[in-house]
Amino acid sequence: MNRPAQPSIPHPDTQIYDEAAPEAVKRSRRARRGRMSWFGRLGFALVGFCLLMAVFGPMLAPYKEGALASPFSFASYSWAHPFGADYLGRDMLSRVLIGARYTVGLALGAAVLASGIGTCLGLVAAVSARWVDEAMSRFFDALISIPSKVLALVAIAAFGSSIPMLTMIAAVAYIPGAFRISRSLAVNLMTLEYVLVARARGERLFYIARVEVLPNMIHPVLADFGLRFVFIVLLLSGLSFLGLGVQPPNADWGSLVRENIGGLSQAAPAVLMPSIAIATLTVGMNLLIDSLRRHAGVGQGGQK
Amino acid sequence: MKRQAYRLIASRLGLALLTLLIVSAIVFAMTGLLPGDAAQEALGQAATPEAVAALRHQLGLDQPALQRYLQWLFDIVRGDFGMSLSNSLPVSELIETRLPNSLMLAGLTTVVAVPIALAVGIASAMHRGSLLDRALNLLTLSTVAVPEFLIATIAVLIFAVNLHWLPALSYLSSVSSFGDLVRIYAMPVMTLCCVLVAQMARMTRAAVLDQLNSGYVEMAALKGASQVRIVLRHVLPNAIGPIANAVALSLSYLFGGVVIVESIFNYPGLASLMVDGVTNRDMPLVQGCVMVFCAAYLALVLMADLCQIISNPRLRQR
Repeated sequence: MNRPAQPSIPHPDTQIYDEAAPEAVKRSRRARRGRMSWFGRLGFALVGFCLLMAVFGPMLAPYKEGALASPFSFASYSWAHPFGADYLGRDMLSRVLIGARYTVGLALGAAVLASGIGTCLGLVAAVSARWVDEAMSRFFDALISIPSKVLALVAIAAFGSSIPMLTMIAAVAYIPGAFRISRSLAVNLMTLEYVLVARARGERLFYIARVEVLPNMIHPVLADFGLRFVFIVLLLSGLSFLGLGVQPPNADWGSLVRENIGGLSQAAPAVLMPSIAIATLTVGMNLLIDSLRRHAGVGQGGQK
Repeated sequence: MKRQAYRLIASRLGLALLTLLIVSAIVFAMTGLLPGDAAQEALGQAATPEAVAALRHQLGLDQPALQRYLQWLFDIVRGDFGMSLSNSLPVSELIETRLPNSLMLAGLTTVVAVPIALAVGIASAMHRGSLLDRALNLLTLSTVAVPEFLIATIAVLIFAVNLHWLPALSYLSSVSSFGDLVRIYAMPVMTLCCVLVAQMARMTRAAVLDQLNSGYVEMAALKGASQVRIVLRHVLPNAIGPIANAVALSLSYLFGGVVIVESIFNYPGLASLMVDGVTNRDMPLVQGCVMVFCAAYLALVLMADLCQIISNPRLRQR
């Protein structure tokens, strides 16, 4: 079975940013003992903080959702309102805390769907007959050449933007990338001796995929899951920023930026704070993945 | 033989066309078939069955799906994207007026971003593991993850609100001199460049590092060639293919990035036209824009592929 591991049409989503480099970096003693770098810990802390906020944020919010707390719209930072107030005078800290649930929760759901479905299909393509693999690869190649934001816009035009729909759309937009990565990993693994031995033993394909292949590609797949999460957070907040994502009265961080864009000329914290919240989450996740990848060798195509 | 290269190019071209065909089927299925009955929606709940049937006939919705798809595809190939529903102009005309603006924005961004990204990528590959490399790694890693609208809002805050150097919105009609051009394009281009440079620099670094680890570089180093000479004379000619690939892949990010940037700066390009189309659920407009975007994307990938084929001497000469 000599099928090409690399897809015919390249795409940025399927590169774990700089996967091509088998880095000859000298590992520090600390990395060898399996501890994370300083930046990795920072990333872990930032992501953990955002996840906690998504779970407990609504309970911690100092004001009720929708309460008009300040007499001034676009009020600046103060002790009563550390993040200022929005265009209606609602407390921004509370709005950001409540919005965390939408941004983090939606993206997490969509990323789990995208990675789960993509990985399963990738495995199926790698272990099935040549023509199945070819047909699936061709279909996902076509899907991936619709830029994800554009694909999401088309889907919203067709199906509207309810919250389950947004999760579906984000998942569908990133399944092809996950499919490609897991397929190319699995195709490489399928040529190794222990898989040949399993085939010779007469194991079923499902057994081979589950027991021989999947456990050996789980690290790069997890790193890819983290990246999909970042992409999806950016996609969904971008859509909300355009007014096509989460619809009022619900608001994720992207819609908070959109609502308060009028305060930009006054440099209102209401515009900046939700954007900074998004950046905290995504930058944190990127730092975490980068550091994991560095000392586990994850994301370099599994082998090299 | 040269025939081999030609055959490879022809097969790539065929593959791109096949992909575009599948894309058109996916787009048509999503916009034309799945969302339900356009005639019922246009007339509302109170419409009589006769009126709905008449409109269905007029729109051609009573024909089988495959026939509608082929008709639609045939029209697109001839350059007829149908009539826009929201402003009853031909979609092709709307696209024609907006496309040059988007190409201008993308072109300027490319001209600015590519040299910076190549310089950053090559520099950090040459000094791999150094403080500079790690600082650049952190910087690019963070920039890739930041939403475009954060960069855009910060840019507006600094350059338009605090310093009053640049206008916050892009009015193309007021361009009369080179200075105006720079002032209007500065912020959209800057915003797009940030993410683009970061991504491109990372991929360039990876491509160059890949070559630096190879045997011939070790040989050159043993001969006593300087680091600069190794990179310029030995590595770069070999890395042109992968670098072209990295550049094209990063540029494809532009197709997503312009969606946000054009809306923020109110720039009259193709992406903001499409966002309007989505807001008004103007399907012919959306279909037309998507097909243009996808065709552009595939053209870009094809160009990178050709660069890779042409830069490979084993295929070029002989």
